[in-house]
Amino acid sequence: MMIKLTMRLCAGMLLIIMATSCVHLKEYQKSRINDSEMALSNRKAEKNELNFQSYLEASSGANAGKTGGGCGCN
Amino acid sequence: MKKVLLSTIGFAFLCRLNSYAQLKNSPNVNKPLFYVGAPSKADTTAYEARPLYIDEFNLVSSYYSQTGDHSAITGGIGTQNVTDISNGIDLKLAWSNNGYSKNSLNIGLGIDHHTSASSAFVTSTGGGKQDGSRVYPSFDWTYENTKSGTSFGLGSYYSGEYNYKSLGADLHFSQKTSDKNGEFSIKTQAYFDNVVMIYPTEFVAAVAPAPAGTTYITTASGNLVLSNGSGHKQSVSLPTSPRNTYTASLSYSEIINSRLQLAVLADVVQQSGYLGLPYHRVYMSNGKDTLEHLPSSRFKLPLGLRANYFLGDNIILRSYYRYYMDDWNTRSNTANIEVAFKVSPFFSISPFYRYYTQTAAKYFAPYEVHTLKETYYTSNYEYAAFNASFFGAGFRIAPPKGVAGWQSLHEIEFRYGHYTQTTTLASDVFSVSLGFK
Repeated sequence: MMIKLTMRLCAGMLLIIMATSCVHLKEYQKSRINDSEMALSNRKAEKNELNFQSYLEASSGANAGKTGGGCGCN
Repeated sequence: MKKVLLSTIGFAFLCRLNSYAQLKNSPNVNKPLFYVGAPSKADTTAYEARPLYIDEFNLVSSYYSQTGDHSAITGGIGTQNVTDISNGIDLKLAWSNNGYSKNSLNIGLGIDHHTSASSAFVTSTGGGKQDGSRVYPSFDWTYENTKSGTSFGLGSYYSGEYNYKSLGADLHFSQKTSDKNGEFSIKTQAYFDNVVMIYPTEFVAAVAPAPAGTTYITTASGNLVLSNGSGHKQSVSLPTSPRNTYTASLSYSEIINSRLQLAVLADVVQQSGYLGLPYHRVYMSNGKDTLEHLPSSRFKLPLGLRANYFLGDNIILRSYYRYYMDDWNTRSNTANIEVAFKVSPFFSISPFYRYYTQTAAKYFAPYEVHTLKETYYTSNYEYAAFNASFFGAGFRIAPPKGVAGWQSLHEIEFRYGHYTQTTTLASDVFSVSLGFK
């Protein structure tokens, strides 16, 4: 039930984004997009948070982090 | 699932249509994007190749503290208290041969030191080693062509701790779209690990009769030690079991408009080999303990979506969602939201909240619930059904003249988070990141 609801929300989000469509931006229009806080990546200080979450939880991956290697399980 | 995949493909396709449609109408259609808006006068400045230089240097340190009552070493009961101090260095070197290509070399080194109360119970008396260290160097080379928007490279990793060694390598490739507003990336990784077969002492067969006045001791560091009255010790190395992990990571990121950008991420992961840990006990319903036993293969499929939105002039919403499934019947949902409030252009405060929920793996059962009829069994609460919350805040300072007037220190970030699981596990983590240029 929860999973179905989540999947529908996810699909809905993508549909909304598609409806707005992508805009072709010139370099000088990217001042906000190029802000360091807007980076589509993990923060450097998050590295160890991702590490402990990966061994406390069964799931990992799809977050640009490591998907294997190193036990970290002690 | 089909809906999500079809939507993702459709979304990427529509983005491409939009980009080309606008390019056709653009007077700059034949010009590379980075020349748009530049003076029409030709640049006659001769380009000089730049030799090797330090592009960036980062230090990250963390302190982690954990409490809990469901240790896998003691079969799903017992202390999970852990403390961990980790320090990492990342050095990025770069050089260029011409005006549009750049090579970068990332060299990383991390060192962790932990104390783990449950490790003591690898020995049945609770007198085992409670601490250990992990060292993990990494190396990555990337070539980037800014003209074509292409980059590729390779990397390697090593991680070593007393009971686990890991060697990894990757190949990565990315291609920007013609308008430089989108990027597709693929990364293939392989990890070749070795688990040192340290068993709880009650499962260790005597190698040979101990001489009079001496005893065999299995230490948590993985050795059988013969100890006599004079303190002389003999170590016996233990066998290892392999664990291999193969991953293909795909991602596509796109600038939707001047305030919104998003990325779709997917990993396909296949693991094989020894996927449990040899010192994890399982207490059966008859009250007797045995060793954790898990299948020798596991397929994982995590799918993620990251969206960042610039709200107004000083608020940035950073969001992340992940759906995860594997063939051990675990399903999980992760949602993360972070609100970065820019107090000034160079100082931001970022409170965050992460919610996580997972179903139990089909091989999990708590203490004294598994029966002898089962083929696979574990009481490791990593595979239990639970919900988790993680919240905290980060502070980032990046003044143009450097932190505290030190030009080289361009960025400093503090971050604190508190994590709780419905299994009673709780932890706190504090991290500091220093960025030098």
